[in-house]
This record gives sequence, structure tokens and C-alpha cells, in this order.
Amino acid sequence: MKRIVAFVEQRDGVIKGSSFEVISLANRLANQLNSEFVAVVFGDQIQNIENAGNYGAERIVHFKSPEAVNYSPKTYRDALLELIKKEEIGIILMSSTALVKDLAPRLAVHLDAALVSDCTDINVSGEELEATRPIFAGKAFEVVKAKTPYQIYTIRPNIFPAEKESKQIKIEEIPLATVDQSIVVQEVKKSSGKLDVAEASIVVSGGRGLKEASNFKLIEELAEVLGGAVGASRAVVDAGWRPHSEQVGQTGKTVSPNIYIACGISGAIQHLAGMSSSKTIIAINKDKDAPIFNVADYGIAGDLFEILPELTLQLRKGLSSE
Amino acid sequence: MRIAVCINNVPDTSSKINVEADNKSISQKGLTFTLNPYDEFAIEEGLRTKEKSGGEVFVLNVGGESNKETIRKALAMGADEGLLIKSNQFELDSLTVAKLLAEEIKSRNSSIVFTGKQSVDYDNSAVGTMLGELLGFNSVSNVVAFSIDGETITAEREVEGGREVVKTTLPAVITCQKGINEPRYASLKGIMAAKKKVILEKEANVPESKIQYLSYKSPKAKSGGQILGADVTAVPELVKILKGAR
Repeated sequence: MKRIVAFVEQRDGVIKGSSFEVISLANRLANQLNSEFVAVVFGDQIQNIENAGNYGAERIVHFKSPEAVNYSPKTYRDALLELIKKEEIGIILMSSTALVKDLAPRLAVHLDAALVSDCTDINVSGEELEATRPIFAGKAFEVVKAKTPYQIYTIRPNIFPAEKESKQIKIEEIPLATVDQSIVVQEVKKSSGKLDVAEASIVVSGGRGLKEASNFKLIEELAEVLGGAVGASRAVVDAGWRPHSEQVGQTGKTVSPNIYIACGISGAIQHLAGMSSSKTIIAINKDKDAPIFNVADYGIAGDLFEILPELTLQLRKGLSSE
Repeated sequence: MRIAVCINNVPDTSSKINVEADNKSISQKGLTFTLNPYDEFAIEEGLRTKEKSGGEVFVLNVGGESNKETIRKALAMGADEGLLIKSNQFELDSLTVAKLLAEEIKSRNSSIVFTGKQSVDYDNSAVGTMLGELLGFNSVSNVVAFSIDGETITAEREVEGGREVVKTTLPAVITCQKGINEPRYASLKGIMAAKKKVILEKEANVPESKIQYLSYKSPKAKSGGQILGADVTAVPELVKILKGAR
């Protein structure tokens, strides 16, 4: 049976939440396929490495070097290829992050593997896997089967559950002797400590209905009180009100948070593609016929300049009295 | 410098995508195709690199006969020559596409390749980086800022919560993300000139796919949401819902 590797990603020495979804999926598939899995992580000191054992991992290989804190494409690639061969791995599971979107295609070339990216569902059918993935930015889905000996599946963050299952975990440290110098991350420029729209569990997005850039403070305040990230429609990014890193939609980011609040966004098909897999969608828009209400679970068809300040105020009061 | 730009032809982003009744394919009816939006950035960056370092820009595409129109658009923006690697298969896996492109780029001795960071049809974000590995080039993906000085490249790639500043050297593949540049419009002169430029053609030798496409489906339709009200009186109810959904 195909053995499995679960690729785990750290940032600033902390394992990312989406990596636990990968471990949990590896655990489920290993059970269903009557196989085994190993987790693997790169970095230096990793604070919560034992937590991998809370999601069913019995082993985690830690490729360790102070120089591997930042992503090093060829170093990661070569160490993983060696591990995959040594452990006789057939299935590679990863979360579809910016790092993995760079790493997975590299692995696929050297393994001559099928790369099935951004899956929203993976099931066992007989002794094989069947994966569902969005295409055309979520306007349709395809169900596919990899036909190659090596298979790489990347999963969309915040879709698969991270199910707890406590295991005694063995941490196997492997020092990285050399770190590649041909593609080097020299510096990481952080965007002012704010939550990234692709990783937040709550997203508050604004569109042209905000009327001008400075009114985005209404969005920022609501996002802050909810502990969420700020998103934006393409129209306001193109107008220069907000940075592209906040853009949600077909030419921006695809998000699937627990709560998505669309304020003053009419809901062009490109925007809907980027957020319609969110778990609860709330729309606030003056135009009750706006297409955003077709995908919203709840909506207020009213003036956001009245509603947003009141909503922020009531949430602030309510949440502080909890 | 020989600059290669790989482009794709995709349904316009305002298109509605319909699945055929047998769930075995995507309906082609009513779809209008256009240049993949991210590839506009790749063409622009290719042209800027030519303007700075000299050389020529060669545009490649894998697809059907009708893709020539899209290649022509790149030529109108200023690219020098085009190649259509002909395949009529609607969906090809990323590695197959990358191999078809790599073979042609190799035979033309390009030292830098630009592509869009993803194609907005099958959204794999894979072909560009695969090209780098197949060619033995360095590659940087999802690039929002790019500069080249002799052989040395500085590129910023967008990651969650920030940007990585990456240093690498030629030969290289760069996959372009929105923000890297503002693509030019084709001028009338460019459009006229493009009519005289050469688009080479070649039949693709497509191997057996690495992926079996079993079926297609539309997203589940939402069963009508609930409008809570039209003014601030609806806010307390929304607060309750938000607390529950967290």
C-alpha cells in the first residue's frame, strides 16, 4: 500500500494551523488505506512540534538548520525527494499555501508525479484516491484520479477538518548539512503585523459602496473587533484604495473563512468565485437585488454607513461583557 | 537575451461555467476566450526586460488553432514571434503542458522565461515552476517586483502576511503576480505590425495524461439567504448570528 508523507509548514518557529489539517487528513487516509504516514517539517527551533501528535502523527521528521527557517526551494526539494525514496512514500499531502505552490511543482517534476492541487475533498475509492478540486476559481469542480506511482495532493486551507487524535509522537531530527545558495530568501518583509486575508477565520471585505478610501476605517474597525482580516473587492484595489494583497476574487485570493462579511460589494462573478466557499456569508448592501445576496446566508439590505458603526459598537460591548 | 513568455487562453473571467448534462465535460457554448490575466503581466515584464537588456521576446502557447488570436494580442503588445504548440485536448495536466513548453524553450536557448503565476481556468499554479525544474533554471514564483542587473535577479514574491525578497541568477523562470507592473495596451501601430509577425505552428506530441478526469460538477446552489432587515434595527440579530458562527 502507498505510504504517505504529510508536509508541515512553520512560520516564525510555529507550525501553521493549516498543517494540522494535512496531518489529520494523512491520518484518515492512512487508516482507510491500511497504510502509514510520517510528518515532515523544516526549520530551526519549532515551539509546537509535539502538537503534531495531537492530530494522529506518530512520527515527525524535522530537517533542522538555522538557515532553513526561511523557505529554500532546492534545499526543501532535495531533502524531501530523499525522504520520499527512503521511506517508500507514494502519496504526498500538503496544504495549498504560497510556499507549497512553489514546492509541489518542483517535486512533481522529479517524481514524474501527478499534481492534484487545491483539493476540497479526497476520498478512498477501492484502493485509490479520488479528489475533488475547484476549477475556474470555484465556478465548477472536477473529480480526478491520479494515475502515477507518485501522487501529490495539495489541499485548500480551512476546508478539511483538523481532527484530534492523541498519539505518542517521535521527533526525528535530521541536521541539514548544506543549504542551497542559488535561490535565497534574503529578507521577509512583513505587512504590518496584520492577519492575512487568506489565513484569517473571519474576513470583513469592503467594495465600492464605501465611496472613498478613507471610509475603509469602518471595515478595519469591524475586522478588529472580530479579530478578523480586511479584504477588498477588485474595484477598490484597482482604484488604489487598498493593496492587492487584500483582494478577494478570481484575480486575487480565494478564501474560505468561517465568517465572510461583504460590505458594499455587489458581488461580481469574479468576486463570488473567490469567497463563495466561506462557511457563513453575511452581506451588507444598499441594493437588495445585488448578486451578493444570492450567496449570502444572512444579509442587511441597508446603508452600510449606518449599519457598520452600530454593528461594531454592539459587538464591542457584547464581546467585552462575555 | 532570448526572452520566452508562456501564455494561455482562458474563458473570460466574467463567464459563467456550465457542466454538460453527462457531467463529463465543461460546456463550450457561449464561452468567450481571452488572454489569461496573469499572462499580461508576464508579457509586459518580458517586453521591459527586452527594452532594458536587448534581445527578443518569443511567445509560446499550447492549445487549439483559435488560440492564435491570443498569441496575436501578445505580438501586438510588442512580442517578436509566436509559437502555437497545437493540441485540441480541453484539459491537459500541468506537467504535460510544462514538458511541451520546455522542449521548445530549450531548443531556442532562452535564458529567461516569464509566465503568469497561474492560469485562471484550471488554477494549478504549477506550469511555470515545473518549467524551471525541467530546464534546470532557477525559478521564483508569485513575483510582485522584479529587477535584473547583469546575471543577478532580485524578485519579491508574495506570501501569506508579507513578501519574500529573493536573490537568484540567470537562467531563470519568473511567474508573475498582479502588482509586478502595469501592462501596456497594444497601440494601433502595434496591432498593424502584429499582422505581419510570424506565428509558427507545431503539432503537440501529447503523452497519456497523468490524471484521469472522472467528472465535473457545478457548485451546490445556496438555498436563499435570509434578509434580516433594511436598517440598524437588524443589527442585534446579526450580532447574535456572528457570536454563534464564531
